[in-house]
Amino acid sequence: MKLHEFQSKSFLAQYGIAIPAGSVATSAAEARAHAERLGGQSFAVKAQIPAGGRAAAGGIRIVEGAEAVEMAGAELIGARIVTEQTGPDGYAVRRVLVEESVAGAASFYLSAMIDPSAAEIVILGAIGGDTDIEANVREGRTTVERLAVDPDGGIDADAADDFARRLAVPEDRRGAFCSLLANLAKALIGLDATLAEINPLVLTGAGDFVALDAKIILDDNALFRHPDRPVPDPVEATGDLEESAERHRINYVRMNGDIGLVANGAGLGMATLDLVRAGGGQPANFMDIRTTATSLDVAHGISLLLDNPAVRVILINVHGGGMQACDTVGDGLGIAMRRSNRKCPVVVRFAGNNADFARARLANFGCPIIDCPDMWSAAENAVRLARPVEPPKSIAFFERREAVAR
Amino acid sequence: MSILAGSQSRVLVQGMTGWAGRHYSSSMLDYGTKVVAGVTPGKAGMRFLDLPIYGDVATATREHRIDVSIVFVPPDHAGAAMIEAIEAEVPVIVTVTERVPLHDMLKVRAALAGSRSTLVGPNSQGILSPGQCKIGVMATASARPGRVGVISRSASLTSEVIAQISAAGLGQSTTVGIGGDPICGLTMHDCLSLFSKDRDTDGVVVIGEIGGSQEEELADFIAEARPKMPIVATVVGRCAPPKRRMGHAGAFAAAPSDADGKIRALERAGVTIAPSPHLIGETIRNALRHADGAASQVA
Repeated sequence: MKLHEFQSKSFLAQYGIAIPAGSVATSAAEARAHAERLGGQSFAVKAQIPAGGRAAAGGIRIVEGAEAVEMAGAELIGARIVTEQTGPDGYAVRRVLVEESVAGAASFYLSAMIDPSAAEIVILGAIGGDTDIEANVREGRTTVERLAVDPDGGIDADAADDFARRLAVPEDRRGAFCSLLANLAKALIGLDATLAEINPLVLTGAGDFVALDAKIILDDNALFRHPDRPVPDPVEATGDLEESAERHRINYVRMNGDIGLVANGAGLGMATLDLVRAGGGQPANFMDIRTTATSLDVAHGISLLLDNPAVRVILINVHGGGMQACDTVGDGLGIAMRRSNRKCPVVVRFAGNNADFARARLANFGCPIIDCPDMWSAAENAVRLARPVEPPKSIAFFERREAVAR
Repeated sequence: MSILAGSQSRVLVQGMTGWAGRHYSSSMLDYGTKVVAGVTPGKAGMRFLDLPIYGDVATATREHRIDVSIVFVPPDHAGAAMIEAIEAEVPVIVTVTERVPLHDMLKVRAALAGSRSTLVGPNSQGILSPGQCKIGVMATASARPGRVGVISRSASLTSEVIAQISAAGLGQSTTVGIGGDPICGLTMHDCLSLFSKDRDTDGVVVIGEIGGSQEEELADFIAEARPKMPIVATVVGRCAPPKRRMGHAGAFAAAPSDADGKIRALERAGVTIAPSPHLIGETIRNALRHADGAASQVA
C-alpha cells in the first residue's frame, strides 16, 4: 500500500527525521489559511496522490504568497492526476500539502528497502535527489551507493561512515547523517514497509537534513499487524476500482483496450493478456481471481468489466485447479450477467477442475457464451468480436437487390 | 525417481487441523501420499484424519522420520512455522501459505542460510510427482507419470502446462511450484540443478514471468553448467503495462526484469522459448524428439 506524502512524512517524523513545516488542506481556503499561518513568502503546494510521477503531471506547484497558494489549491483539489503509476483513470486529488519552501545546499536520494533477490534490507543513496533518479543512474550522471542492514535494523558503523563519505556528506555532518540512516532503517522495519524513500533529502545552509519528499510503501501482507494504520483514502471517495476489486480478492489492473479479461491466477492472467495482444487485440484490463475468491467476489469483478463502457467483449480463461474450480467462476459470471443490463459477448474457455459443471451452471443461468476449447481460439474469438463492426448490412442489401434483379 | 519428493517420502502437515490443512491433507492421502502426522500448537495428543497431532515440529520429528513438511499455517504465524521446521532440520519444507509478510521472509531466509533444509515457496501450489506423491494443493486429473520436469511461479499456468504436456503424449517426473512471491526459498536454478541430476527427467519446462531476476539467474546457471537435457521456457507478462503489479507480489515489469530481457537471456543460454503460452506442450515434445534424434546419430 502506497501512502500519501503527508502520511509518509508524518511517519518519518515519528522516527526522528526532520520534515518541512506544513499542513494538509482539503479546500483552497484552507490551503490559504495554512500558508498565512506558516508565514514566509515561498510555498510548495503538493497534490496528495499515492503514486509517483506527480511533478511531471503538474501536481506540484512552487508559488509565492498566500493568494497563489489558494489558487494552486483550487486548481489541484478535485482534479484527477494521471501518471504512469496510476493507470488510465488517474487518481482524484482530495487534499494538498502546503509547506514552507526549504532551500538546500546539497541534496541526496536516500531509500531503505527490501531487496528481494538478495533477501536483505539495503539502504541506497545517490548524490543529487529530486530529479528522475532512475534516468540519472541509467545515463551515468550519478551512481547508487549501497549499504547493507541486518533484518533487525543493525548497521555496521564503519560501513555507514564509508557510505556517507561516498555520498560526499561533509565530515562534520556525517554523525547526523548516520543516525538518520539508522532511523530510516528503524522506520522500514517498525512500519513493516517494503520501501521508505526520501527524495530529495536536503542539507540546509544551517546544517540540518530535511526530507523534502517522502514515499513509504507498506507491505499489504503485514497490515494485520497494524490495524490502526491510516489508509491513503477510502475507496468510496476515490472511486479506485482496483482497490475495490482487491477487497473482493481480485487483482485488477486497468488498461486502455476493449477486451475485458478474467483469469484465475496471475500467471494464466498474464498469459491471456499476451495471447490477446498476439492476436491483434487490446486488453481493457488484467484480472486475476485469487484462490480464495467466492462466486460473489467473482461477480463483483465481472461487474467492473460490464460497467466499463470501453469493454466490447469479455474473455474468461480459467484452468480449474485444486484451489479454484471452474464452477465458482461460472457462477460469478452468471450472477454478474443477471445483475447487469449490459449485453456484451462473453467468450469462455473452461478447462480442468469442474469445467463441464461450470458450463452446465451457465446454461442454467440462461447465460449465452461462446465456448472455446483452448486459450488461443478463445483469444482469437474475443479479438474478432471486439473489432468495430464494419457496415455489412448495406453490402448484404445491395447484393440481395442485385440477385433479385437478375 | 523424481526430485524433492517421491513415493517413499514421509510427510508432516503443519497447520493440519485448520480448514486448508484438513481439506488438502485428505486429498494428499487420497492420492497416496504418505502423510504421517500433523502439527497444531495447543492440540498435541489429538488424533485427526486418524493421524497423530503434535504441538511442535521438534516433537513430531522425534517420533517420526519426516522427509517433507507442508505448511498451511496462516500468514501471521507462517514465518515462525517455517523457522520451526528449519530448526528441526526437516529436509524439505513446502509452504502453501500466501501473503506472508516480507519482513518475516527475511528472517526465514536468514534461518535457511547454512541450514539442512530446502524451502519451496511460500505461495507455492506444492510438489507433484505424478503416480508417486502429491505434496500440495494442485488438481491431479490431467497429470501423467512421465519424464518432463516442470518449474513454475504460477499455479494456474502450471495446471495448463501439465495438461498440454499430457495432451502431447508425454508425462511429468515432478512439477514444482516455486511460488509467486518476491522472496522465496528454492529458486529456478536450484530446481533445474536438481532436475539435471535426476535420471528420470529427460527435459524441463520453465514457466517464468516478469519481475525479479530468477530467469536471468537461471540463464547464467545454464550457460555455466550446460545441462544436457532440452529446456523449454515461456515468460509471461510481455504485454503487461510497465510498473504495475500483475497479481503476484513479485510480478512487476520494469527494466531490467521485463519479459523481453528475460527471454533474450534465456535464449542466449540455449533455452528453447515456446512461441506462445498455448504451444508449450508441443514445443517440449519437439525438443525431446530432436534431442533423441541427435543422441541416436551420435550412437
